[in-house]
Amino acid sequence: MFDKDLRTMIDDVKDGRIDRRAFVKRMIAVGLTAPMANQILAIGGVAMAQSPTPYKPTKRGGGGPLKLLWWQGPTLLNPHFATGTKDQDGSRIFYEPLASWDADGHLNPILAAEIPSIQNGGLAADAKSVVWKLKPGVKWHDGKPVTADDLVFNWEYASDPATAAVSVSTYTGLTVEKLDDLTVRINFKDPTPFWANAFVGAYGCIIPKHLFAEYKGGKSREAPNNLKPIGTGPYKFVEFKPGDLVRGEINADYHMANRPYFDTIEMKGGGDAVSAARAVIQTGEYDFAWNIQVEDEVLLRLEKGGKGKTVYAVGGDIEFIAINFTDPNTEVDGERSSMKTRHPILSDAAVRKALALLVDRESVKKVIYGRAGRTTANYLNGPEEFVSKNTRWEFSIDKASQLLEQAGWKAGADGIREKDGKKLKLLYQTSINGPRQKTQAIVKQACQKAGIDVELKSVVASVFFSSDVANPDTYSKFYSDIEMFQIPMTQPDPALHMRRYHSRNVATKENKWQGQNFPRWVNKDFDVAIDAAETETDPLKRADLYIKCNDLMWQDTVVIPVMHRLAVDACSNTLRPALSGWANRSDNLQDWYREA
Amino acid sequence: MSQYVLRRLLIAIPSLLGISLVLFVVLALAPGDPFGELATNPNVPPEVQAALRTKFGLDDPIYIRYLRWLAAMAQGDWGFSFVSRMNVDTLILQRLPATLYVIGSAQLLALLIAIPVGVYAATRPYSIFDQVANTLAFVGFSLPTFFTGILFILIFSVKLDWLPFVYTTDIKETGILWVLEMIRQAIMPVMVLGLFQAASMTRFVRSAMLDVIRLDYVTTARAKGLGQAKVIVKHVMRNAMIPVVTLIALQMPAVFGGAIVTEQIFRIPGIGSLLISSILANDTPVIMAVTFVFACLVVLFNLIADVLYGWLDPRISFR
Repeated sequence: MFDKDLRTMIDDVKDGRIDRRAFVKRMIAVGLTAPMANQILAIGGVAMAQSPTPYKPTKRGGGGPLKLLWWQGPTLLNPHFATGTKDQDGSRIFYEPLASWDADGHLNPILAAEIPSIQNGGLAADAKSVVWKLKPGVKWHDGKPVTADDLVFNWEYASDPATAAVSVSTYTGLTVEKLDDLTVRINFKDPTPFWANAFVGAYGCIIPKHLFAEYKGGKSREAPNNLKPIGTGPYKFVEFKPGDLVRGEINADYHMANRPYFDTIEMKGGGDAVSAARAVIQTGEYDFAWNIQVEDEVLLRLEKGGKGKTVYAVGGDIEFIAINFTDPNTEVDGERSSMKTRHPILSDAAVRKALALLVDRESVKKVIYGRAGRTTANYLNGPEEFVSKNTRWEFSIDKASQLLEQAGWKAGADGIREKDGKKLKLLYQTSINGPRQKTQAIVKQACQKAGIDVELKSVVASVFFSSDVANPDTYSKFYSDIEMFQIPMTQPDPALHMRRYHSRNVATKENKWQGQNFPRWVNKDFDVAIDAAETETDPLKRADLYIKCNDLMWQDTVVIPVMHRLAVDACSNTLRPALSGWANRSDNLQDWYREA
Repeated sequence: MSQYVLRRLLIAIPSLLGISLVLFVVLALAPGDPFGELATNPNVPPEVQAALRTKFGLDDPIYIRYLRWLAAMAQGDWGFSFVSRMNVDTLILQRLPATLYVIGSAQLLALLIAIPVGVYAATRPYSIFDQVANTLAFVGFSLPTFFTGILFILIFSVKLDWLPFVYTTDIKETGILWVLEMIRQAIMPVMVLGLFQAASMTRFVRSAMLDVIRLDYVTTARAKGLGQAKVIVKHVMRNAMIPVVTLIALQMPAVFGGAIVTEQIFRIPGIGSLLISSILANDTPVIMAVTFVFACLVVLFNLIADVLYGWLDPRISFR
């Protein structure tokens, strides 16, 4: 309901029937401001409102083929090894978690009989344990029953470091204990307010013990079923060609009534985003194309009289400019951007504030991201109760100039400001990506007008995002003054998203630049708030703490949010996908259907 | 003859070793990390990445990794893909049929166009036919395949809606319908590639023919009263084909190697698209295997071309 409304309203704004401000007001009215992490309310004792999925088909199957186009095709089909979303999406066709996230950031039971809450005794008041009950009678695709032993095994399998599963952190710091054949209890080492991580969502997919038991630990890569999944999902495995094709057929024994709707499923990989959009919107060869990161202008043109449209899902992904608090040009003990240095220019708060005033977010949205972006002053943009209302942003070259003037940065002969012999020159790096280079140009232009000389640098994405210790151009080494990229928010909870700026996570030579705090910003108040939030069981206090963290980052101008990005997909006019900005595209695949 | 072939094969071994060493070192020194995607993912702790690196032996020195690779390759083990976690040979064999079918048909089409057109144009140099063929050939090889590919898609898929532009490997139909569908979906990529190849090959055939057609023995053949067709086919073409055979033989590895751009545009799951996605994902074992196999094919087809010379022109002897 919400999703549909949003889509119609976006269309209205697009056609000029509603202006932007009215649109925002109405969004608040339809409940956009309430995508609440259900489980947190559950801990607080608030009755849980499960958002019902409007699923219309009245019988299983009969929907013909469902043709999906993933322009980067899945390369492996074991959810515990799924490095990228593409792999998680492919695995998710066959494997299922206990629960998945729906569009509003609520938990939707899949293999679980019910979502744990204080009322049903699933949650402990001290937030140190969760009891999950499996739905009875669920069978693996080979006919064997799903039991609590499978859940315990998945925990053992993933948490074993020798397995080298990417889901390892989801399963560490906890133990899983079998209570009876269908019930397990997760015991956390520390109070864990965000308990819905293990067995939930993409990393929570469950693999069968009877097929993987022999391949735990060092032998994990030899398991024949890594490439031939046998799960519980709505579709059974037929064929897999890495990077090209995943094929499945209907699971006639599926555990949800009337589901799935389609008889076969095909996930085709390869190509590029524009032609994927074209195959769905213009020619209708495919029903759904994933992750259409294409300029809005192109999409609008394709949509004219097409066979499909673009659909948007709101999550918490943030595109931002990070500011380096250390000096990238001074080497200390063989390390640039060392914690022993301070940035000669950017340690001046006035310069950072001026920079924030020089990022014209409205233009970036208008020219580049269009319907796929929202302007924001916050680093943390969801779920709603974690979003700060205390912040604001503005674009004003005059105010920025004034601020710099007051701070003693005076224009030199060449128009570039300087103070104490230091020129106001900045190196601005990002990964090579059309929209990013355009954003760089917009920011550079505004900076020039304010007397800041900005040098642009773009690095190939495979290098920029790599963890290659030998390469100086990675985002985590941060050998530039400012840098821009996107950090996705993978779950409707801010814990992981905010934790990275804790002072203990600073990226240094010592930890091979694997620390996630790459701006190298250190703030005691922030550390205290993060530490408190991680064990706070009162949902309101916890939300306040994260809002405080966000506000601290805003006050100190640690990052300059450029755009709150939405997930964009192309979808045939008749297909009704169940999408969520808080989950992967295929996470609620069982609820997809076609309307005649 | 057999001695010659044997000697050439033996000479090939050190050159292949050299090629593999260069490839391996370049790949090892290239920036990027197969597990780089994990770096920005806040769910994945750095230790996992480190564990994966150790598991796949990425932290060992280059020469150890090279020797390990060489030993495995000698036993027919092509390596293990980091990204797909499966054997590289399975991965490549999966991609081979589509490549052979599409690229092979394109090469065939190119030959079927280039040889008759080139020969005919050479017999009537500077005639209207020759002029038109020349102009089209110039246009043909001046237009890059990524341009013609997109143009074809816009015309035949988007505007006219005649042909699909996403290549599928699992066509539902059976029997004759399956064959028809296979042909239908291959028309555009084969045309794009085939016409491009044909354009340059036509020019080549024409000039090779022109070189031979003026020679005295051709005049002699004509003087002894042989018909035009016989002179051209038996006497001129056979001799003119030597450079053409070289060209074709050197293009044969490309039939196996795929066409990166065209495969990407039409989503053909061929070797070319495997190579490019592996490069983008820094999946070194796959890149290494594909490029090395490629090198082997180049060496092999060079040898085949040399052997063919002897058959085309018995004056060439093997020593």
